[in-house]
Amino acid sequence: MRDVKPGLTVIVKTVNRLILWMIFLYGIYIILHGHLSPGGGFGGGVVLALGFLGVLLAYGRGFSLNWLRLGTLRDLEYSAPLLFLGFGLAGMAWGGAFLANFLSKGKLFALLSSGVILPLNIVIGLKVGLSLFLVVLALAEFDPSQGDDE
Amino acid sequence: MITPYFVIIPLAAAFLIPLVSKRKTGPAVLLSLASTFALVVLSGYAFFGRSGETLVYRMSGWKLPVGINLVQDAFSSFMLVMVSLIALTSLVFSPRYIDRLGGDAKYYSLFMVLVAGMNGVVVTGDLFNLFVFMEIAILAALALVAYGGRAHEFEAAFKYAVMASVSASLILIGIAVAYSATSSLGLATISRGLERQSPILVLWVGGLFMAGFGLKTAAMPFHAWLPDAHSSAPAPISAMLSGVLIKALGVYVLIRFFYNVLGAPPLFLQIFLVLGAVSIILGVLLAIGQWDIKRLLAYHSISQIGYILLAMGLDTTLGMIGAVYHMLNHAVFKSLLFYNAGALETALGTRDLREMGNVSKLLPVTSGTSLIASLSISGVPPFNGFFSKLVIIIAAVQAGQPLFAFVAVVGSLLTLASFLKVQKFGLRGGRPVERLIGEVDGGMKTAMILLAALCLVTSLLIVPGIRETTIDPVVKVIMEKTGHAQIVLEK
Repeated sequence: MRDVKPGLTVIVKTVNRLILWMIFLYGIYIILHGHLSPGGGFGGGVVLALGFLGVLLAYGRGFSLNWLRLGTLRDLEYSAPLLFLGFGLAGMAWGGAFLANFLSKGKLFALLSSGVILPLNIVIGLKVGLSLFLVVLALAEFDPSQGDDE
Repeated sequence: MITPYFVIIPLAAAFLIPLVSKRKTGPAVLLSLASTFALVVLSGYAFFGRSGETLVYRMSGWKLPVGINLVQDAFSSFMLVMVSLIALTSLVFSPRYIDRLGGDAKYYSLFMVLVAGMNGVVVTGDLFNLFVFMEIAILAALALVAYGGRAHEFEAAFKYAVMASVSASLILIGIAVAYSATSSLGLATISRGLERQSPILVLWVGGLFMAGFGLKTAAMPFHAWLPDAHSSAPAPISAMLSGVLIKALGVYVLIRFFYNVLGAPPLFLQIFLVLGAVSIILGVLLAIGQWDIKRLLAYHSISQIGYILLAMGLDTTLGMIGAVYHMLNHAVFKSLLFYNAGALETALGTRDLREMGNVSKLLPVTSGTSLIASLSISGVPPFNGFFSKLVIIIAAVQAGQPLFAFVAVVGSLLTLASFLKVQKFGLRGGRPVERLIGEVDGGMKTAMILLAALCLVTSLLIVPGIRETTIDPVVKVIMEKTGHAQIVLEK
């Protein structure tokens, strides 16, 4: 009997379901430890995007869009740079210059030891992850045969 | 402390727009107009209120050579005024025109990103920062060129993307070489560091930057992408690209780098002279043959950029006055000409001059303002183009380059010939047009009238009393050459 469900086989789906949360956890780990170890907002964001991409490949476009609520993702993506600007302006208000540090620097080598860098890394991770995923989604939706001719 | 706001305001607007206007474009138009107006006011204050001062802003409070600094002097403020003014008129022109293309809030969002990129390039004092802002502006410009969504627009955007990547790679290699030699990325510290380096290295860095930013400027051997990109974009975007983008990303950086960082090395100035002369003549010769009005205007951009390059290659104060003055004038009249072309396209549904006719009765504002713009670009008094070209020609003669002065005169005559063609076929001659297929609305008319008035107002800048408070501080900053780095480092 032919499988009429969208997406790949049940093996891929199951494996994807098992490792998806690990991928997300890894991405979040890289984002949060950007100031302590290699990586940071951009690298972690790319890992997050790859997690989303795994869902898209395994389950197909229809299911992923249903699961993810595209509108919310888009709004989140637009707000990330605004948050970044907000932190920059807060630095201007309390730290003396744009993007200056205004949070406590904490204890050396602890997770909370970098002042404003940690929240900025989180914002960047969000922006990069969502942007990359939405770019892939836009490319998946693009149908070259539907071009508007002269 | 106002410097970072020139990037913050447009960037915040760019990302607020898609959040506040989901279905209707009304809030997007209002928000973008409001933020651009704020930029006009701020840059006007910076230019007229704080003229002559060099403001240095340290990002996050880090000092040079570690941190990134923003440097705002008279030259930057001058560019900011120009960018904001043209952006404001472009946004006033846009709503109706963009609705016709099935417009949505994304257009305004991308537009504000473009403005943020250009402002960033102009205010930054850091070479890598400049590269990043340049890429931001170029990416927004690429999307806007393809905004219409037809096949030839995608083709133009793709061509533009290829050329932009080539130039970005050259610039990046140049930055790498400069960084490896001086261990710093601030323009002021690089200027200091390169003084101690061998001339060969300076030549290598200069050559890479000249090719890279020359591609952005679209001077003659690097021009191939411009006619496609600038003629395929929506008219208000063509005005932004031809009016300010090639200057903010091209000419501004060339002047900043070769004068304030390298200290005007004679070899490169010679190259500027020759590139300028070649661009003037070949650009206008290619323009005369065009029948697509926007393509014709795009080729004229190459020719007019030639004037600016020629003037900045003279290495005299008068020549630099001519270059800076012509930069402003070209922004004003070329944007106006592109608005005219956009209005004609809206009203007649064609860009081919042969299919147009006498519209002076039906479109009095468009034909009137286009006459003013045509006379300005051809260098007919009392419009602004005449004075800046006159200054450039006198400067060339005084600098002992009569041949280049002659080239500038010939270029001006050929420009007049080609705009006589536009007027004859496009607006005044031929069979009268009886019916228009589209309406030229109030916003378009306002934008055109505003710029036509500016064509006259900017000719006042040649009056000595006014020139001393406007163009002279700008030229002073440029002619300080590497002394400018000292001022920045002492702040």
